[in-house]
Amino acid sequence: MVKFPEKIPDSLARLLVVFLALVAAGAFVVLVVIPRPMKDVRLQWADDIKREQAKPVRYAGFHVCVECHGEIYEMKKKGYHRDLSCETCHGPAKAHTEDPDKVKPVIPAQRAFCPLCHAYNPSRPRGFPQINPVVHNPLKACASCHNPHDPKPPTTPKDCSACHGEIARTKAVSHHVMLACTTCHEVPRQHKISPRSVKPSKPQTREFCGKCHAKDARDKMAKDAPRVDLSEHGEKYVCWQCHYPHSPEVEN
Amino acid sequence: MNHDLMRQLAEILPRIQGFIYPNEIEIHWGMLIVVYPYITGVVAGAFILASLVKVFNVKEVQPLYRLSLLTALAYLLVAPMALVSHLGHPERFYEILLTPNTSSAMAMFGFVYAWYLMAVLLLEIWFVHRMDMIALAEQHRGAMRFVYRALSLYSRDTSERAVAFDHSALKVITIVGIPSAFLLHGYVGFIFGSVKANPWWSSVLIPIVFLFSAIVSGIALVILLYMIINPLAGGKINMKCVDKAVDFLFYAVIVDFSLEMVDFIHRVYQSEEEIKILSEMVMNKLFLSLVVIQVLLGMLLPLTLISITKIFRKRFGASEDLRKMVYFLSVLLIQFGIFATRWNVVIGGQMFSKSFRGLTTYKMEFGGLEGLLYALGLLILPLVILTVLLKILPPWKEMKELRGGAAGGGLETAGS
Amino acid sequence: MNGRRTFLKGLFAFLFSGGLIEGMLNILPAGALAREAPDKGKWYGYGVSVDKCIGCGRCMDACKTENDVPREPFFFRTWVERYILRKHGATTVKTIDPAAEAPPEADFDKSILRSFFVPKLCNQCANPPCVQVCPVGATFQTDDGVVLVNVKTCIGCRYCIQACPYGARYLHPVTRTADKCTFCYHRISKGLLPACVEVCPTQARVFGDLNAQASPMSRFQRMNKIHVLKPALNTEPKVYYAGLDGEVR
Repeated sequence: MVKFPEKIPDSLARLLVVFLALVAAGAFVVLVVIPRPMKDVRLQWADDIKREQAKPVRYAGFHVCVECHGEIYEMKKKGYHRDLSCETCHGPAKAHTEDPDKVKPVIPAQRAFCPLCHAYNPSRPRGFPQINPVVHNPLKACASCHNPHDPKPPTTPKDCSACHGEIARTKAVSHHVMLACTTCHEVPRQHKISPRSVKPSKPQTREFCGKCHAKDARDKMAKDAPRVDLSEHGEKYVCWQCHYPHSPEVEN
Repeated sequence: MNHDLMRQLAEILPRIQGFIYPNEIEIHWGMLIVVYPYITGVVAGAFILASLVKVFNVKEVQPLYRLSLLTALAYLLVAPMALVSHLGHPERFYEILLTPNTSSAMAMFGFVYAWYLMAVLLLEIWFVHRMDMIALAEQHRGAMRFVYRALSLYSRDTSERAVAFDHSALKVITIVGIPSAFLLHGYVGFIFGSVKANPWWSSVLIPIVFLFSAIVSGIALVILLYMIINPLAGGKINMKCVDKAVDFLFYAVIVDFSLEMVDFIHRVYQSEEEIKILSEMVMNKLFLSLVVIQVLLGMLLPLTLISITKIFRKRFGASEDLRKMVYFLSVLLIQFGIFATRWNVVIGGQMFSKSFRGLTTYKMEFGGLEGLLYALGLLILPLVILTVLLKILPPWKEMKELRGGAAGGGLETAGS
Repeated sequence: MNGRRTFLKGLFAFLFSGGLIEGMLNILPAGALAREAPDKGKWYGYGVSVDKCIGCGRCMDACKTENDVPREPFFFRTWVERYILRKHGATTVKTIDPAAEAPPEADFDKSILRSFFVPKLCNQCANPPCVQVCPVGATFQTDDGVVLVNVKTCIGCRYCIQACPYGARYLHPVTRTADKCTFCYHRISKGLLPACVEVCPTQARVFGDLNAQASPMSRFQRMNKIHVLKPALNTEPKVYYAGLDGEVR
């Protein structure tokens, strides 16, 4: 009847019919049958954000506890643990805030708990308070000496370590453990009153260390100290450029 | 299932060397993802062998033409099965069609696959067999007659004009098909090559290496199938055809090998951050599969074997049986070699930690979706499909052709 | 092959091309890719002070509790690595196990040059490779810069796990979908801190809105030399490290 279809070869026409039928069926399925949420990724994202936000909270957060436990909060906020959330030690407490009588947070009284933070570990930052749990008052509960809400050493540190705890703790495990701070530093009385304006002295010369560590050192405290020849050892440097005096590194 | 997973992971735990990120213990892409690029590689390679006949007019390999097209189809149908069944949620595979993320190489799978299947392979097979199907419909009665009718889309036009159109259509399809086959497998390579987090994969050469190893595996597999199926169907092996196909295979292996060496030398010479852990992995974890199977047995040995037949042409020229045996052994070795290549890329890429500090281990399961048994099933399934295809669209006349292309294209043979 | 099978196959294959049309309509979901800090609204970031971390592992424990992460040691939204650098360049790294930490070390190991802990988590990259590769758009970046995974549409292909340079993702063994840190999205959208930041006893972990003028997070950024992990990959992480050692990868 029309010339146009006759120009298309028979085989191609058949393929075209199949192809168009498939396109039509596919378009029908995609455009009509499948509901929009299944093919609109933005709707899916919005949906997922809602789902994500609706997930249950387990850790109540640091503001909540003070509402009922004001006393402990007041004590804690002055101590070394002031920056800790209650839930760091007591575990997730959201359920407790919802039903305080039924659900109780844990009270970690066992000796294994505190060493999670305070056991000695060479990877921990220098000066972070650490003990060796094996020798540190074995079998005694931590809380019998230290109040976890206001942890302190059972005896108040006197003198330097009250402020310079990090240095004191570093020195405590070093070769210089036996040296008093005043062996090397002269501390003016005023320093304790206005510590920032009046500062203790620091050794200035190689010869100062040489009092113990030079070849011909006579100091009786330095009986077993390692000796070097000051004229040859360490070239142009002063001692503390290679050896940290509060925890001196030595060969072997 | 879940319990099994924990047991497997716990077994791997003590076998980790060095440090790996804690989420890296599980190898996420297992056996199925090894099978997948192997299968698509065969598809691309077989198609390229077929296009040698149509586009480059290599008449000698005419007997392999239909066989390679049907092989490509049989393997192509299985390719998505490997992918879908490895998913955590196979039942959600349609998501990739409904909300494809245009920036994802993997999302393009659907499109590349559909294009290749619909626009190239099915069309080419349909045009090649249209006249055959009309003839077969005449020969059969009952259900089969209906099947052939439906398959030929009730086409009955056997006029010279229609045959000529089939012929030119085939030319166009093949010309479109070659870049499409390149696309199909280059794209699979890109899925790996574009992962910048993974230095074992991240390489511009990976798509090209994939492509050439694809050509190698496809040609080798079709030769292997021809050497097995043809005698079974009562034909005699056309050595002129096999010689020529092996020639092409030989060149493809050389290119593939050179590319892999370039990649290797480049990595070693640049010697970047990851070189230590990668060389440790190659020497410890991949020594057997990479150095021994992929390179020595899968490439160098077949190359040597084929070279020997070329150097001692006189002796081997005289004895077809000897040549047959060498070829058969070579293509078989190449198959294992290429499978090992896929293994080394996929599994190797996940055995080292992205911290470059340690190695994990792949423990293959026997049963289950990620297991050996299922993977073997997927490797055998294309052969089953191929058997069915050969029953429906028999290529015997062409395959048993001994004169090697003297009669011209398969179409004329079928039409006359 | 029979007629019905060809038909089914055709239909199946068409669905792909139907996807093609749909993909063209939806093209350029470029918003799903790299993002920049918005002028208004929140833009979340995270800070880690390596020098403050004591490796107590409270964060790892809290994360698993808060987010129902399986307890088995193969799935982590956050973890802490312990680095020990010895003389002559040998470096050992281990993920700490807070439940069973080894007994305290002999007091002084002289071969140790330096040693420290490094907390790790999803870097919530502004240019996230995981979002780029997700084939179905199941993982995406919210307007406030958090990368989330949609459990309802994730097909579990694990391409995102491969694409993450930081090993931050895993396949959740129960949902069979990809999972990772969300900065505790349910908490931060209620004004709470992420669980790991909440329980960190030394403030080694800081969280906040990078757009805010005065917040622990902006102070962290102002007062420290900042580094991010694997900057060469151009993922633009929003987890910032202060005092990070070059050995950390």
